[in-house]
Amino acid sequence: MSVTATSTAASATILPFAESAAKITRDVRPLRLITCGSVDDGKSTLIGRLLWDTKAVKEDQAVTLARDSGGQNDLGLPDFALLLDGLQAEREQGITIDVAYRYFSTEKRSFIVADTPGHEQYTRNMATGASTADLAILLADARVGLLEQTRRHATIASLMGIRQFVLAVNKFDLVNYDREIFDRISHEFREFALSLGVRQITAIPMSALKGENVVYPATSTMPWYEGPTLVDALELATTRSTQTGGFRLPVQRVSRPGESFRGYQGTVAGGSIKPGDSVVILPSGTIANVKQIVTFDLVRNAAVAGDAITLVLDRQVDVARGDVIASLDGQPMTGVSFEAQMVALQPGGIEPGKRYWLKSGSRRQRVAVEPISQLDLQSGSWAPHASGLDMNAIGKVRLSFEEQAVFDTYEQNRSTGAFILIDPDTLNTVAGGMITAKRGELGGIRRGEPVQGDRVILSLPADLAELLMATDAFAARRDDVDIRRVSGAEAAQILTSGDKDR
Amino acid sequence: MPLSVQETEIKNPPVSRPPLDPHLKALENEAIHIFREVAAEFENPVMLYSIGKDSSVLLHLARKAFFPGRVPFPLLHVDTTWKFKEMIAFRDKVAEDYDLDLVVHSNVRGRQENITPFTHGSSFYTDVMKTEALRQALDAGGYDAAFGGARRDEEASRAKERIYSFRTPDHKWDPRNQRPELWNVYNGMIRKGESVRAFPLSNWTEVDIWRYIQAENIPLVPLYYAAERPYVERDGMMILAEDERLELLPGEEIKHGSIRFRTLGCFPLTGAIRSTASNLEEVIAELEIATVSERQGRAIDRDQSGSMEKKKREGYF
Ligand SMILES: Nc1nc2c(ncn2[C@@H]2O[C@H](COP(=O)(O)OP(=O)(O)OP(=O)(O)O)[C@@H](O)[C@H]2O)c(=O)[nH]1
Ligand SMILES: [Mg+2]
Repeated sequence: MSVTATSTAASATILPFAESAAKITRDVRPLRLITCGSVDDGKSTLIGRLLWDTKAVKEDQAVTLARDSGGQNDLGLPDFALLLDGLQAEREQGITIDVAYRYFSTEKRSFIVADTPGHEQYTRNMATGASTADLAILLADARVGLLEQTRRHATIASLMGIRQFVLAVNKFDLVNYDREIFDRISHEFREFALSLGVRQITAIPMSALKGENVVYPATSTMPWYEGPTLVDALELATTRSTQTGGFRLPVQRVSRPGESFRGYQGTVAGGSIKPGDSVVILPSGTIANVKQIVTFDLVRNAAVAGDAITLVLDRQVDVARGDVIASLDGQPMTGVSFEAQMVALQPGGIEPGKRYWLKSGSRRQRVAVEPISQLDLQSGSWAPHASGLDMNAIGKVRLSFEEQAVFDTYEQNRSTGAFILIDPDTLNTVAGGMITAKRGELGGIRRGEPVQGDRVILSLPADLAELLMATDAFAARRDDVDIRRVSGAEAAQILTSGDKDR
Repeated sequence: MPLSVQETEIKNPPVSRPPLDPHLKALENEAIHIFREVAAEFENPVMLYSIGKDSSVLLHLARKAFFPGRVPFPLLHVDTTWKFKEMIAFRDKVAEDYDLDLVVHSNVRGRQENITPFTHGSSFYTDVMKTEALRQALDAGGYDAAFGGARRDEEASRAKERIYSFRTPDHKWDPRNQRPELWNVYNGMIRKGESVRAFPLSNWTEVDIWRYIQAENIPLVPLYYAAERPYVERDGMMILAEDERLELLPGEEIKHGSIRFRTLGCFPLTGAIRSTASNLEEVIAELEIATVSERQGRAIDRDQSGSMEKKKREGYF
């Protein structure tokens, strides 16, 4: 099986996963993925069907499923969503409320799936699932197409660093397997995803309920579709690696089992380390050398991102929980003022000026949040917005700390660039955020307040627009440039009127 | 000048083993991260220790997380007094070998009122001897965090639970209103009286548990391995007939056969499976072709769909 980028309905892939998979050998690490999209589009049914068809459902669970389903759908099939919707309230209302984590594997790799709720009220639970995912399956009902909630989920997923999308155009059994519907919805989504900077998109027409193009290809009902099944696409996807970049160890605890031993325990959040390497302790700036990497399985000669280790330094230095031990070259940013994007997760929203607790890595500190702009999901543009962020709003904010804070940008490091906000009154988690820059060092055309007028507007014929949007250069600048798709005639018109103005 | 780790005194020094495969390594790293985070953020954590395979893995990971130090919190065993005898012997040996602080709690009221799984039915018995007993023990210890070995793949309501699972002062879980849990940034802020249940094994499957036990050579209660054992058949389950408190009902007889257990709990409520898998390799081979889930052997989970959620809301682990 192969995935090819062609302009036919055979595959709506722009940059197929296969391209990267061909260069490196197949990624065998477990793939973390989410399902998302609007309410009732079939997310839970799809994952239920996936578990069913990959034989992850045991006999006793199948018996329970048959009993609980009561055979209400006209196809006489079990209600596969019940394999996911495990809470009583979910079963009563027939919707997903909170994210369910499930595990399955094929012969080629294993998967951790988070099935998230489509209901807007529970967007926080979708964000919970998205934060750790490598890939998002975005569902759309073939009868309805993309909704505001579909766009919201796609936006949150892309803000949280998901770069691989599968668009599952679902319920094809209800639209006579009409190819035109697939072409229209996948085209619309491709344009939208490109505007988010997402370029690895595979669109698949399917029926989650009947299991068409999920694990088994739907050759009889959708002969016009020659692209991958869902499982094919998932097997080819890649997982993220944080081993490049500078070494980062957020210190979780100081281990002092006896007078003679002092080790710093934490999980490597980026890069790698070996004995003899020089490190800096932040925010203090003290420098030391690594003496030993201690784990239960004897002393190690190297550790890489993801490893839970105990680090012993060559001298007595002041290191406490919350500090970051980092490589000397390529240090993270240290400062009291940063810019971030965030999603407000609770009914109270985010109040400007209020002092919240911010937790990042193992560090918790006080922060004041000042909104700068808010994303308009309809137009996809950021509008200036200095008042509070309502629940589910996506905003750009300025963070002001009382003490030095240490971050990377989220783009560079999904661990040291991420944070949560905790409301000091409710102690609940009220926002998830991604660092974009340190204040005062904003370069390029993003200097100053990002107001709409600063954006460069390009009016291009649709095909050129699409080509440009698929480039790396555009992905990196998508906040600065607005692309308007126009017909060739319109473009010529703009040009002549521009000439006249001169 | 700090001394190197070899110079500090270490009980039960680790042995060198081949490296773990990347999948198990990732799960191990995640669990160790959670252990350390909870130990650092909470004042008075405790680890629920149920003596089963998941607890054995959990304990092993705790020892790894804090090495070369001791496990910095006590282990709590809620003893319903109806556990398999081999489990109790194993528990005491483990506590001694690994130099652990072990707290054992049984529900005094339940014992005085002679509440047994035979006389009161599995559901009421579990409420009193497990759930109520656990609440008593957690209150008595004043613990603000409790580690448990629950896995999300065990049951549909567990699949929904956070790694830091928030509990009200009366130990209630509100599944409709869980705190968002993004990345591996855990919110450990609570008020006095509230607590958190922390689940380092959330993302492990049953197969992962067994493969890890094999890779790390973790000792287990022998009941997990097949042997000739006496049993009676009751309610479609094979109940081990080694305890003198098991009274035969009319028509029941003691049979013998090669059996083992996929999960361990109270002996009258835990069904054995027919098996000849007498070592780890054979157990894993059997598991990989198993067509039923491990919880099928547990009477308390079979009562009805949603029964686990109900128990969990009331404070059951
Ligand atoms: N005919 C048909 N019905 C489907 C298909 N997929 C899902 N459904 C039905 O659509 C309804 C909603 O499915 P769910 O899987 O619960 O939807 P969901 O996206 O998980 O909903 P939320 O989690 O609440 O957002 C159910 O009645 C399903 O049986 C499909 O491919 N074809
Ligand atoms: Mg659902």
